[in-house]
Amino acid sequence: MENYTAWKALIMAGDPVSGWQRFYVYFYQAFIEKNRWQQYLNGVGTTLYVTVLALILGIALGVLVAVVRTAHDQQRPGHKNPVLGVLNAIFKVYVTVIRGTPMMVQLLIMGFVIFSSSREFSLIGALTLGINSGAYTAEIIRGGLMAVDQGQMEAGRSLGLNYVDTMRFIVVPQAIKSILPALGNEFIVLLKDTSLISVIGGQELLYAAKGIVSRTYEAMFPYIGAAVIYLILVMIFTWLLGIFERRLRASDRR
Amino acid sequence: MIVVKDLKKNFEGLEVLKGVDLEVEKGECVVFIGPSGSGKSTFLRCLNLLEIPTSGEILFDGVSMTDAKTDIDKMRQRMGMVFQHFNLFPNMTILKNLTLAPVRTGHLSKAEAEKKAMELLKRVGLEDKANGYPAQLSGGQKQRVAIVRALCMDPEVMLFDEPTSALDPEMVGEVLDVMRELANSGMTMVCVTHEMGFAREVADRVLFLDGGKILEQGTPEQIFGNPQQARTKEFLNKVL
Repeated sequence: MENYTAWKALIMAGDPVSGWQRFYVYFYQAFIEKNRWQQYLNGVGTTLYVTVLALILGIALGVLVAVVRTAHDQQRPGHKNPVLGVLNAIFKVYVTVIRGTPMMVQLLIMGFVIFSSSREFSLIGALTLGINSGAYTAEIIRGGLMAVDQGQMEAGRSLGLNYVDTMRFIVVPQAIKSILPALGNEFIVLLKDTSLISVIGGQELLYAAKGIVSRTYEAMFPYIGAAVIYLILVMIFTWLLGIFERRLRASDRR
Repeated sequence: MIVVKDLKKNFEGLEVLKGVDLEVEKGECVVFIGPSGSGKSTFLRCLNLLEIPTSGEILFDGVSMTDAKTDIDKMRQRMGMVFQHFNLFPNMTILKNLTLAPVRTGHLSKAEAEKKAMELLKRVGLEDKANGYPAQLSGGQKQRVAIVRALCMDPEVMLFDEPTSALDPEMVGEVLDVMRELANSGMTMVCVTHEMGFAREVADRVLFLDGGKILEQGTPEQIFGNPQQARTKEFLNKVL
């Protein structure tokens, strides 16, 4: 603390300081002064909260859209279900619009047009990210469903199981196993994209870093600090996915 | 039990079945033979509507399979099917493979289904594999499990779609043994096979299918001993 005050004064006065002293001062003011580390921590909390909410929404939407679109494509000729037809058309538009516009634009529209009077920035951010992620997840899942051997569906149906049960117990579990790497990618992108919600006022990790930069007039340490924290989060996430993947593959190895 | 009237099936302009008629009695074992591409498998798959017939009628126990009002899942619960490539569910244990359908369709309780599955596994000599996964089994073992899986639904008829064609030669026998036992126990069976020995020994009736039509049918003695059609003779000369 004394070191910080003394060396900070030297820097402010333009006196020569050693590299170590400079590092110490900037590090101290970026993370320790006024307990700023708490702001990063709160930011990480919001980042994780938004990620988890968006993840749940994205998976739910993705599974729904993928299953409806696959079911629509797999109908027997001459037995087309009109409800499926309508849903399929709606979901096609959804995927097209979401994949066809930038994430940032979607956030700005949600934050400043659709929910302009709301101050639940994190919630709006999670909603937007979830809707965005759902469109990509849907296509990943659809690819996985189509990659499962047709014989699996036939075997399930030949036993008298209905379409939904065959999907639920036989096709979807196998599809999830094969799409897990791609899904992991999508989740990592989602985690990092939470940094975008700072533009609508979501107080996540990057928002905290930005705030500190504007108060200390020093950008390097807060931003690199934020980058390191994102990296650590993604590494933890990747590790968890690896465990999950190994567990799902248990049935192949034995 | 099964009545098929003038069954036709087109695949995008290609006429695979050109009007097939068939009647299968309860307890009968009917075997289809014929060259590749003659429509044998397609015909079999039409019986439980895995393929949708282009025209014609299929009656199972007096109920039309092709009628849009028929609950096809209910009908399929009464017809077992065994596939060339086994199609076991790799994501579940053998026991779960066997009990999934009976339990989910409400045919048996979980305890009943497990009891029945273990009994049947014992009958085919695989009770020690119950908690293993399909990937641990040989081809012959997989196919025996697949037969048991169909039997767990207590079907009234069993459809076999080239059940031994994907097997190593030394594993064919163990699967045919199970099928033979099944036929002898009075199960109604419709088989598509290239195993002429099996057809000759077990079938009540052999049908020779070529070019989407039944060219000739009769007892195994008639078909193998004294075929009437030149095409049947030619085919049998090649395969026997």
